[in-house]
Amino acid sequence: MPSFKPVLLEAVGVPDGHTLASYVARGGYAPVAKTLGEKQPADVVEMVKSSGLRGRGGAGFSTGLKWTFLPKDHPGPIYLCVNADESEPGTFNNRILMEDDPHQVIEGIILSSYATRASTAYLYLRYEYPKSWQRLQAAIDEAYAAGWLGKNIKGSSFSLDVYLHRGAAAYICGEETGLIESLEGKRAWPRIKPPFPAIEGLFRKPTVVNNVETMACVAQIARRGVEWFKSIGVPADPNNPRDPGSYGPKLYCLSGHVERPGCYEAPLGITARQLIEEHGGGVWKGRRAKAVIPGGISMGLMTESELDTPLDFAGPGKVGCLGLGTAAVVVIDDQTSIVDFLHNSCRFFAHESCGQCTPCREGTSWSLRMLERIKAGKGRLKDLDILQEIGNTMGMMPGSTICGLADGAAWPIKNAIKKFRGEFEDYIKRTNPSGWMVTEPVPALQIVGAH
Amino acid sequence: MPTVIVDGKEIEIGADERLNCIEAARRGGAEIPHYCWHPGLTVVASCRMCLIETGSRDAATGKVTMVPKLVPACQTPAKDGTVIVTESQLVKESRARVEEALLIDHPIDCPICDKAGECLLQDYHFEHGQPERRADLHPFTSRKREMGSTVTLFVDRCVMCTRCVRFTREISGSAELMVINRGAKEEIDVFPGFPLENKLSGNVVDLCPVGALGDKDFLYQQRVWFLKAEDNVCGGCATGCSIRTEHNQDTVYRLKPRENPHVNKWWMCDDGRYGWHHLHDPSRLVEARRAAGGRARREGGADDTIEWSDVGRRLRDDLGAAGRLAVAVSPMLTTEEAWMLCAVARSIDPQAFLAVGHVPIDGADETYPGGFTIRAEKCPNRLGVEGVIAVFGGVDAAGRVPGWNALLDHVRAGEADAAWITAAYPGGWIDEETAEAFASLSCLVVQDLFESPLSRMAVWKLPAAGFAERAGTWVNAAHRAQVFQQAIRPPAGVWPEGRLYWSMLGRRGLYDAEAVRRQIADSSPTFAALAGDVPATGIDLRIQQLA
Ligand SMILES: Cc1cc2nc3c(=O)[nH]c(=O)nc-3n(C[C@H](O)[C@H](O)[C@H](O)COP(=O)(O)O)c2cc1C
Ligand code: SF4
Ligand code: SF4
Ligand code: FES
Repeated sequence: MPSFKPVLLEAVGVPDGHTLASYVARGGYAPVAKTLGEKQPADVVEMVKSSGLRGRGGAGFSTGLKWTFLPKDHPGPIYLCVNADESEPGTFNNRILMEDDPHQVIEGIILSSYATRASTAYLYLRYEYPKSWQRLQAAIDEAYAAGWLGKNIKGSSFSLDVYLHRGAAAYICGEETGLIESLEGKRAWPRIKPPFPAIEGLFRKPTVVNNVETMACVAQIARRGVEWFKSIGVPADPNNPRDPGSYGPKLYCLSGHVERPGCYEAPLGITARQLIEEHGGGVWKGRRAKAVIPGGISMGLMTESELDTPLDFAGPGKVGCLGLGTAAVVVIDDQTSIVDFLHNSCRFFAHESCGQCTPCREGTSWSLRMLERIKAGKGRLKDLDILQEIGNTMGMMPGSTICGLADGAAWPIKNAIKKFRGEFEDYIKRTNPSGWMVTEPVPALQIVGAH
Repeated sequence: MPTVIVDGKEIEIGADERLNCIEAARRGGAEIPHYCWHPGLTVVASCRMCLIETGSRDAATGKVTMVPKLVPACQTPAKDGTVIVTESQLVKESRARVEEALLIDHPIDCPICDKAGECLLQDYHFEHGQPERRADLHPFTSRKREMGSTVTLFVDRCVMCTRCVRFTREISGSAELMVINRGAKEEIDVFPGFPLENKLSGNVVDLCPVGALGDKDFLYQQRVWFLKAEDNVCGGCATGCSIRTEHNQDTVYRLKPRENPHVNKWWMCDDGRYGWHHLHDPSRLVEARRAAGGRARREGGADDTIEWSDVGRRLRDDLGAAGRLAVAVSPMLTTEEAWMLCAVARSIDPQAFLAVGHVPIDGADETYPGGFTIRAEKCPNRLGVEGVIAVFGGVDAAGRVPGWNALLDHVRAGEADAAWITAAYPGGWIDEETAEAFASLSCLVVQDLFESPLSRMAVWKLPAAGFAERAGTWVNAAHRAQVFQQAIRPPAGVWPEGRLYWSMLGRRGLYDAEAVRRQIADSSPTFAALAGDVPATGIDLRIQQLA
């Protein structure tokens, strides 16, 4: 077993680990007292910047750098929005943090608010997490009672209110500007940028959006120091000036066809194979992996032969995946049909596309319908080319959409078709022996789509 | 001057102009297709039809750096050195894909769609689409949904550009329209019990780039390619929206707002938009009639139809014989018509009392969040008429031009023997009691669109022209003068006021509004600005006076 000792997950298994008393006993909140007493906000920004912390919400953007985009000397208000919408399929690391160690998250929020000069923070929580909701609210109440939140925290001039807001269950509310619109009481249609939230975000005021795990990391950096954080993970590639490195511990969510699914903390850069073998006890039932999702379904697929890819911010991209995403690793065993996988993926994105951008709205639905048709034994090889084309052209990266949902919808399509084309072709030829080669339009098929 | 490079061509734009790439490209002769963007609404950049390639040219080195992906032209500002590429392979493929995507669920029912012929989905498909339909997946549906009393939604034709939704939020401020559902199941709808009911509702039909929003007033009335359009001005209120009167064979089918940044931007109100039906009302006055014997008309009295070619002479004779003349110059008349009427009146009685006719007022001015104002003053040309009467010296001791009430007082005081009341109001405007003031006159001339208590007692009952049937200049509440041509002919040989007055002044040939306008401009500094050509968006008379 690895020698790495969990830090972010240190409260897991500790009796009453979610309480204030337990958190303080583990050294929690001391950094807040020290920071408010001795440090300027800029010092906290500098600390986080020099730690190399990159956001844990999916995009991996440098947290300290993001904070510096806020306008200088803004009269306020400035808002911090903590993204707890955690809806990426396969992802549950935020849930563990919120349920088992909510004070760690709150401490991160206090420190981050101090750094960004926010006096109001919103925690946007997905609806389907009732236990997180209860634990967070209880912890917020405890923190207020103990003077860690509210007016003039611990006698300092810094005040902070934290509001826990429950979403109404839509994936798009996790996209940072969708989240902001939703918090404002509107339909969660992601905004066009610029302006970026740091300039004009919630209620048109400067806003920082960060993930729950990012908050936990800030708390740990304040407690254990920049050096500690930088000693973990993968340093920046000296040959690539655009690689800022992948530092710190990371919560990996391991699920799917493994013996021991769960949320495991490991240094950034652990390979998928190590994670599956050492933490997950291997692929279940003695089978082999056919494919592995590296970081939530949006990130695409790695094949069995790509499993030695390090799961740091740069790794999955090297094998054609979108990125590390949420580090939610889902194992698909060799008995599972990739056609089924892609069908499921397309169904998710067709259901969750907010519907603003034509390429995403129509592309996700068209690809789902093609998968429905393939599964109904009416597929044609031509469909694979169209799917590939949709995968290549839909998304922020080609420039055809407003937000990254479309990229996330595109990646599983293009990875699956590129890396498993043979399986798709076999499936189509086998299930549609008389029609697989047809290239002209064929009569419409009545299909029941996503609800 | 900032320079933008459009498909290799250098285009200069104004230093403080804030153009997006669609507008800048247009200056360079390149039309970038777009659905969701509209200059009067916020930018959402969601339809993605306007995707182009852009870059920037370094001012010092001239080196061009391109953005490595497509960007929406509507959302991208055109600045000095902006490079716009509108016709690359990548751009063309992207447009073709958006067109293809928009047609996946579209019922392709152009043969029964009102928008056919002026539909962006159609036009762009021919220009940017691909010949093959690859999305052979889905049986079509074709559903209709009532949005309110003026508009029907053809649900499946919608391309989800949200222009209509933004209009009701940003311009009318009534926010009835919304998007329901998510993803490809998204639709436009209203909240149950809160239909699209606001005085600007018809504009959403103009905004709709496709045939999704249908105007109930126009639905299935006429194929748009049969329509001819004339630049006109709405006579519904003192805002004087620039419009196009769309007609076929002297029948109006619809009015559309005409873009005018100084007056109505892109909008018009429903009262104006649907306020043309009176033109084709069969109860309109269409003959010049004179009470038998030239005596005031009484219940059951006989009258004669007078040939138009005789009207001028006999009218002159009757009025000349009657004595002191009072004239109501209707604020529905054009400035030219008003001027000629005053000239005719003064040629009959050099002391003729001139007053502005009845000015209909309905409620108070209503200004909408987008800045659009519907005026309470329900006539288009009070200021123009006042200006004309002032030119004829028809002002009181305080320098004010007398209005309708002053004329009533004048008549009631017995200071007139004859009155010539021009009206041309689209609906009833005078009650019996008011009309009674004119009962004792020896000669009453009423020129109106419809019968009224006043016309029933007149010696001369003359038909008037409707707004689309006249030509000339109207001056709106903001002193903007707009010039327009006659769009359709009036019914059954009716002589519009302009034609009658022209002939009464002994001028030869057809009524030439422009000649009269120049004469007016020469005669008074108030109208000096009208001396030259007047742009389609009109001219502010006050600014010209200051200059
Ligand atoms: C469709 C979509 C869904 C997202 N969902 C989440 C989410 O549930 N939680 C999250 O933290 N970030 C999510 N993100 C990423 C956020 O937009 C944003 O980058 C992140 O919250 C920033 O936090 P970080 O800098 O701490 O990573 C999502 C992005 C997209 C495009
Ligand atoms: S990419 Fe998709 S989910 Fe994102 S804004 Fe556009 S339509 Fe909505
Ligand atoms: S109804 Fe017309 S204007 Fe409204 S969203 Fe649909 S296409 Fe756009
Ligand atoms: S016009 Fe630019 S995206 Fe719609």
